[in-house]
Amino acid sequence: MLKKLIVFLLIATLGYTLAVTLSSIPIGKNRIGSIENPETVAAYYLDKSPNDLKVANTITAVVVNFRGFDTLGEVSVLFLAATGLASILYRKEEEEEEENIRHISHRLNLPSSSLVQTGAKILFPLIIVLGIYVFIHGHLTPGGGFQGGAIIATGFLLMLVSYKGFETNHKVMVWLESLAGLGFVGVGVFGLVKYGSFLQNTGWTGNLNDLISGGLIPLIYIFVGIKVATELTNILDILLNIKPRKK
Amino acid sequence: MAILIFLIVMAIILIAAAIYSIMQKDLLFAVLGTGVVSLVLSIFFYMLQAPDVAITEAAIGIALTTIIFIITIRNTTRDENKYNDDHINKFKTKKDA
Repeated sequence: MLKKLIVFLLIATLGYTLAVTLSSIPIGKNRIGSIENPETVAAYYLDKSPNDLKVANTITAVVVNFRGFDTLGEVSVLFLAATGLASILYRKEEEEEEENIRHISHRLNLPSSSLVQTGAKILFPLIIVLGIYVFIHGHLTPGGGFQGGAIIATGFLLMLVSYKGFETNHKVMVWLESLAGLGFVGVGVFGLVKYGSFLQNTGWTGNLNDLISGGLIPLIYIFVGIKVATELTNILDILLNIKPRKK
Repeated sequence: MAILIFLIVMAIILIAAAIYSIMQKDLLFAVLGTGVVSLVLSIFFYMLQAPDVAITEAAIGIALTTIIFIITIRNTTRDENKYNDDHINKFKTKKDA
């Protein structure tokens, strides 16, 4: 009886909260707004990002500047996913008896053809350069940290699949990932100390359409790009090197 | 007009690939079906003036997710029915047989 009462109270509380929240949303009215309707948030973003922040790509300005704290949360979600995967699939070295054939037998069993290998070798640096371009130019062209990082990870994926012996330097990856995460938080703390709020952009913004413009936005996107690239590469590396359970 | 026809054909391919990947019993082909869904979706995002999302969908949806699923299939079983039969047989009692 008490259990049922508690459940009823919980559902009632949830229902009340939802009812209050939903009743305050003006369903059916245009709250997204436009430039003609200047008191809405969209008009504010569209006006402020090219004029005050000097960022050509409004999406970047929203993601990194106006909603920068949410981006930090997203990056930590990705970090948690990579950590969880690694902790589930991790095995101690002692448990691996036939350690010598670890990398040979548990990747793809047959070697890739020389066509694939040569193609991967040619494409790999180009993909890396494209990824770096995408996240460095995040505030000028479509794309940004997440997109560039994912593109770099696909480049590493190509190499991991084509070459059996290809290995990423684990220590370098871990250090890069940690430093990029610390850099993002460091930029946030810099804004907090100097301008009074977390992830506050600097007053200096440069000119519209310059590579170095928009204050701290390119710096944050470079950190995000490095972090996403190393995390996704680590996930792929872990997945490709796991040892199947003994039958 | 040409763009409209292109979009309609793409939408038909999208829905067909989605249904194919649900109905397919061979898990490898089902995963490839989801890859086709992602490919068409990224074209749609590009046509709908969201190039940011299109790049993300292309890199993550087509390449990374598909490959992660394929690696998982390689380490488990490829045939859906075989896994289900083994799984059911494990819990069958003598009474059922």
